Amino acid sequence: MKISIIYLFLLLLVGLTGCELDNFEPPKSTFEGRLVYQGEPLLIQSANVAVANNSDFPVFLELWQKAYNNRSSIRIPIKQDGTFSSLLFDGDYKLIVPNGQGPFLWKRTAANTPDSLDIKIQGSKTMDIEVMPYYMLRNPKISNNARKITGTVSLEKVITDAANGKTVERVSLYVNKTQFVDAGNSLNKADLAGADIKDLANVTLTTGELPALVPSQGYVFARIGLKITGVEDMIYTPVQKITL
Amino acid sequence: MKKTILSLVALFSLTTGCKDDAEFLNIKSTNILLVDEVYSDPRLVLSAATDLYNRIPDLVEPANFGIMASFDEAFASGDYGRHQNREYSYDDWSLWDYGYIREINLFIERVNAATRLSAADKARFAAEGRFLRANAYFELVKRMGGVPLVTESLTYDYSGDASYLRKPRAKESEVYDFVISELEAIKSILPKTPNEKSRATYGLALASKVRAALYAGSIAKYGVNTPTVSLPNGEVGIPATKATAYFQTALTSAQELITSGQYSLYQKAPDLSTNFANIFLDKANNPEVIFVEDYKLQSGKIHSFALDNQPRAITEEGERGGRLNPSLNLVQSFEKLDNSFAPLAINKGTPNDYIYYDKPEDLFADRDPRLQGTVLVPGAIFKNRPIDIFAGLVLANGSILSGDQLGQLKPVNGVSVQVVGLSGPIEGYDGSAQGGFYMRKYNDPVTGSGQIGTQSEVWNVRYRYAEVLLNAAEAAFELGQSAVAAGYLKLVRDRAGLTKALTPGEVTFDRIVHERKVELAYENHLLWDMKRWRLAHVVWDGSNSDLTTQPGKATEPSTRVYSLWPYKVYNPGGANHNKWVFRKVLSGRVTQSHVFRLGNYYSRITDAIINNNPTIVRNPNQ
Repeated sequence: MKISIIYLFLLLLVGLTGCELDNFEPPKSTFEGRLVYQGEPLLIQSANVAVANNSDFPVFLELWQKAYNNRSSIRIPIKQDGTFSSLLFDGDYKLIVPNGQGPFLWKRTAANTPDSLDIKIQGSKTMDIEVMPYYMLRNPKISNNARKITGTVSLEKVITDAANGKTVERVSLYVNKTQFVDAGNSLNKADLAGADIKDLANVTLTTGELPALVPSQGYVFARIGLKITGVEDMIYTPVQKITL
Repeated sequence: MKKTILSLVALFSLTTGCKDDAEFLNIKSTNILLVDEVYSDPRLVLSAATDLYNRIPDLVEPANFGIMASFDEAFASGDYGRHQNREYSYDDWSLWDYGYIREINLFIERVNAATRLSAADKARFAAEGRFLRANAYFELVKRMGGVPLVTESLTYDYSGDASYLRKPRAKESEVYDFVISELEAIKSILPKTPNEKSRATYGLALASKVRAALYAGSIAKYGVNTPTVSLPNGEVGIPATKATAYFQTALTSAQELITSGQYSLYQKAPDLSTNFANIFLDKANNPEVIFVEDYKLQSGKIHSFALDNQPRAITEEGERGGRLNPSLNLVQSFEKLDNSFAPLAINKGTPNDYIYYDKPEDLFADRDPRLQGTVLVPGAIFKNRPIDIFAGLVLANGSILSGDQLGQLKPVNGVSVQVVGLSGPIEGYDGSAQGGFYMRKYNDPVTGSGQIGTQSEVWNVRYRYAEVLLNAAEAAFELGQSAVAAGYLKLVRDRAGLTKALTPGEVTFDRIVHERKVELAYENHLLWDMKRWRLAHVVWDGSNSDLTTQPGKATEPSTRVYSLWPYKVYNPGGANHNKWVFRKVLSGRVTQSHVFRLGNYYSRITDAIINNNPTIVRNPNQ
């Protein structure tokens, strides 16, 4: 009996002390910034992140640390306001935008793989990443009229050449109870197909009447999104709080 | 004298002594069989083959039923995370099991090199090895696109440089061509024994070939709808010009199997729904089933489908059961007996303007009998007992009275009344029928199957004749032979119990998609079908659209699972007392709409694989 208690205590002791030599310093350097076009942030779909599922983000960047032979990417999700932030070890990294990510063009190499950007992390770093979006959404105005939400926006085609330019698939106005408002999270919406848009500079959408909100609240959030033909990720205007 | 004897004894013991050391240590093991011992006895070779059969990768099977709720066929009553993820991970459904491929290659090589097996045994085992390998590559190409084709066992020479073992990815079409040609080559070596369900047969080789050719054909044809889902060297994507040839191969092989007369549709039970359910339960002379993963009680190979999916009202094991609830999305897809599509008639426009039914099952009476062969609807009987699904009472004033415990009693006007079914549904109550339905397909009706100590031996049907007919119909339709397609569809639909045949003009792409959806629900087809038709990103498009009102249309979004909750009218003396009404419900647990991204069409090849073999290119859009 005595022996087993002693053993138990010994085990407990081992468990409590652990091995100090194995412990690494945690990463401490913050790498943060925004996706921008000429200094203006690019707004996208909100991330609905599942635990342990790191390719689950609508748009993400990849960082590759150069120091090691066995390489595996670090994925950095972009938030709906266009910002990102990641805790990293100091070192030299390469940043890429993987294929098919984001409503923008990313430079490509001669071998048609995504071009990379050298990033040196030495302490925290803030950096805006300049990208070339297909379109920009300008002058969004969203208003409420008898529980019908109306939005107007002007679409500016940024990439105009025939090879890379894309047409508009649709413009949508989304309304939700929370600030997470996009194609996947909406209470009410209005769609306008690209073919029905007469003037890109002046697009107007109006939703149907909002249903009663349960529990009731006197405001909603809204934003306008643009779906580009053949591009998965949409571009959004800033989220606006609308008082009903 | 004594001395002489002693010295003789001493001499004797010296001369015998110990054996040679090498010989002494060389004792035959009693518990390890060496390779050449195994490959000298057909029974031992069969056990080696059995291990390889046992390791066939299936994504969806009764033993792994959780994934059946990942799309839009079912609500996961307990595993709510499946409805709270928006994106599917690029890593989902991935497979990269070259250890398995290597062992199959070794198996084939060792069988071919065996000297003490009869020629007939060698031929059959080698053909089975080639089937398993073709099947493994088919599984790989479905999930990952073109993969390195390794058809012999690779051996490392310990030189410090393993790069000579690296193989680049083959084209997607090359992998399909390999699968098709292997199956063609072995079909006549394999025995024509339709009652053999667990091993490769002539019928299986053909059925598998039909499926592979059809998949390749539709990827070639519908790949144009997703031009970015391709790689420049063809590792992903098949040129559209190859479509016709693949469809022709599929049709020809299907017709070869059909005319061989080895299999026929299962038609034994007079009740059509029971007959449909029995396809999966009847192991005695089942003429339809071609290839299964078999299970057997008390053998260690059992699964928990019945344990986890028994209706809660009649559960045999405490709090277990009811985990998978078929969705209203699937249920309303079953067409009406006049071949038309319509949402279920539950109200006259607004949710509270109910249509009243005498019995809950009356709502489903005019539907395809396969509905009730696939799904236990409210009012159904299972294991000879009512499954008791109702969400609450509708009182005289129109208000709803419900409870938070299964089968709860509450006083109404002084009388104690049951206000919720013994199977629920109760929002958030794990295992209650939150989708409004329970599973019938694959659900074992044998008493005891719901007990932890017994469980179920219902087999996992991988290939059955009805699918071959549907594949033949689809291939014929794609080749413009609508009359032929209508003929094959008629066989399947007649057996199902639909009495009105489709005319060749009525056979459309939507019809083909629909027929597979209802005939093959929960049978490991949905994901692969949606992928090869390039419909996955259209149907699971991330929009939070309402339940479609056109269930027969292939391109309608279906991103969230809806439930159908039955209520009992409680109004003693009123005209509708004890009648049943229904409400369409979106569970509060369904918080996100599924989005299938273009990068999901082919699963991610991990960085670790690419580190080991830098010649591997990444899949598109990831």
